[in-house]
Amino acid sequence: MADAGMLRFHVPEPEVRPGGTPDFSNVTIAKAGSVPRPEVEVDPRDIRDMAFSIIRVLNRAGEAVGPWAGLLSDDELLEGLRHMMTLRSFDARMQMAQRQGKTSFYMQHLGEEAVSCAFRKALAPGDMNFPTYRQAGLLIADGYPMVTMMNQIYSNESDPLKGRQLPIMYSSKEHGFFSISGNLATQYIQAVGWAMASAISNDSKIAAAWIGDGSTAESDFHSALVFASTYKAPVVLNVVNNQWAISTFQGIARGGSGTFAARGLGFGIPSLRVDGNDYLAVHAVAKWAAERARKNLGPTLVEYVTYRVGAHSSSDDPSAYRPKAESDAWPLGDPIVRLKNHLIQRGVWSHERHTQAEAEILETVIAAQREAERHGTLHAGGKPSARDMFEGVYAEMPPHLRRQRQQAGV
Amino acid sequence: MIEAIRDAMDVSMARDERVIVFGEDVGFFGGVFRCTQGLQAKYGKSRCFDTPISESGIVGSAIGMAAYGLKPCVEVQFADYVYPAYDQIVSEAARLRYRSNGDFTCPIVVRMPTGGGIFGGQTHSQSPEALFTHVSGLKVVVPSNPHDAKGLLIAAIEDPDPVIFLEPKRLYNGPFDGHHERPVTPWSKHELGEVADGHYTVPLGKAVIRRPGAAVTVLAYGTMVYVAQAAAEETGIDAEIIDLRTLLPLDLETIVASVNKTGRCVVVHEATLTSGFGAELSALVQEHCFYHLEAPVARVAGWDTPYPHAQEWDYFPGPARLGRALLETMEA
Repeated sequence: MADAGMLRFHVPEPEVRPGGTPDFSNVTIAKAGSVPRPEVEVDPRDIRDMAFSIIRVLNRAGEAVGPWAGLLSDDELLEGLRHMMTLRSFDARMQMAQRQGKTSFYMQHLGEEAVSCAFRKALAPGDMNFPTYRQAGLLIADGYPMVTMMNQIYSNESDPLKGRQLPIMYSSKEHGFFSISGNLATQYIQAVGWAMASAISNDSKIAAAWIGDGSTAESDFHSALVFASTYKAPVVLNVVNNQWAISTFQGIARGGSGTFAARGLGFGIPSLRVDGNDYLAVHAVAKWAAERARKNLGPTLVEYVTYRVGAHSSSDDPSAYRPKAESDAWPLGDPIVRLKNHLIQRGVWSHERHTQAEAEILETVIAAQREAERHGTLHAGGKPSARDMFEGVYAEMPPHLRRQRQQAGV
Repeated sequence: MIEAIRDAMDVSMARDERVIVFGEDVGFFGGVFRCTQGLQAKYGKSRCFDTPISESGIVGSAIGMAAYGLKPCVEVQFADYVYPAYDQIVSEAARLRYRSNGDFTCPIVVRMPTGGGIFGGQTHSQSPEALFTHVSGLKVVVPSNPHDAKGLLIAAIEDPDPVIFLEPKRLYNGPFDGHHERPVTPWSKHELGEVADGHYTVPLGKAVIRRPGAAVTVLAYGTMVYVAQAAAEETGIDAEIIDLRTLLPLDLETIVASVNKTGRCVVVHEATLTSGFGAELSALVQEHCFYHLEAPVARVAGWDTPYPHAQEWDYFPGPARLGRALLETMEA
């Protein structure tokens, strides 16, 4: 055998680091409208190439084009724009509240608003999301009260979770929003289990699993795919690829597979990639996947290609690991600007109305914030009692916890 | 005991259609220990089915099903294989009620054969109960006989919170007392092998005194209940043997009453000594019974080594080792 020389260890690196010029020339972007829309009954083997393309509806001119366009009315699109603007405004205020010491921690959605806001509108009442920490748009777009979200963020006396959970780890069964764990990927297989239960019960409800690019490396992601595939669970398997897992670029989790969507192919799961900054495309693909699930055709994997413009969390500073201007260079643009331009192009919106809406939304968010702060913030005002700490560990408090509560004197 | 466990699932599935059973080899074949034999044929593939070899998948999907409203009773083939599911159990199942303030709950049972004595080596012999008793939000049950196994399992399935149900596999076929050189009496010839038909429960969190005595209290569970009985008989020491049955929540009242009466306490388990459940028991006895104690609380346990294969009986805390501890405790 020929001498192959020394083995070399390979560690992938992003194209650019701080100080460099942002470069996304390696990201291949399909032309808007160019990816076909198959019937939901399609044989998964016939659409394997969709795991490597990007479904897009909005083109550079702001027009909705191609076979995935035309599902939403102007009113629905205006509502969607309002949801995304609300989420962005909410994020800005809460990020600031964290900086002011009103809470310990915050995570914003900047640049990713379309993914959760548009997805929510593809589901039906009773369906269940198993979200990560960056899908608050699911709540906003479903009309969950902002004040309640803020009460949770502030861990105040009106926090529905009694101060037990880290800020933004919401839970609302009523709004189809499973309790956020904070551990990564665990909820992915739970979503599949929920969907299996719906099928076992001959119900009509479907589940949606959520995960980020980095966490797809967890074994729970793979358990979820094999269970979903084996039992043809009525679940939409969402992967939000926002390019960054804290400081780690997506190439570390992705390895050599080309795309995250391609992970589904080995399981025989139809796998689509979509422009995550295109509200119309996200909604259309989510609708397609939800319809497959509801028609008993099984799971669909959807990779949303987007970009995390903000920091990972309030504890993170991205300038330490990526160029500051990288988000400006991101080739898929900003989801709010793109939908705004589309609506202007359609003649149902204007720059003036947009500016006015921004001001109105900010006012609503501030009013909600005032209301929430009347019930306290993390270190000031009303807060959950120390007694609450001992409640709810079990349905019925066992003797050892009763003793400890007594010992704590609460 | 296998039949009793199967019967518990059968009764529960018949009474409540939300109860479903799944795991590796559990469906068509009925489980490697045959605990689920016949359930698929009786209740159909939607309620009893085989899964991929993925413990995190089994428990993770069960959590999602419980959140939906079903009551999954899943099998992990050996307790030694539960570790891939540990995150799902500790971070998810145990905390779901608490973290969501009751918005979502997790009424699941995770059954698994535990303990050694079958020449299973390090991967078929472990007793990981302390890894679960350390977790708030879980209940941990270890039955020692068919009657209890059925009643406790039905109670576990009906419980609104997650229950870890550890089945001492050396007891599946009879009350093994550590005398591996002798044949084991089958359950059919033991009074606790008598299992009532139909529905009944043995409440979680309640211990039982297996042998009343005045000299020393032995705290045991699972296989060690019979090892303790043999040790008491062979040393002639009038030991009061408590079968804990549920480790979490623990029946402290029964323990304290007994130790306050006898003034001496020996704790025995098959799991490794350091940070084992015996450490908790020993600390509790010391905290609650200190002024009644006439001797230090002794612990007899598996050595702090991986479970060996050829040296199984050097490792296993049998009646001779426990007997020595009883004698030392009486002399102290």
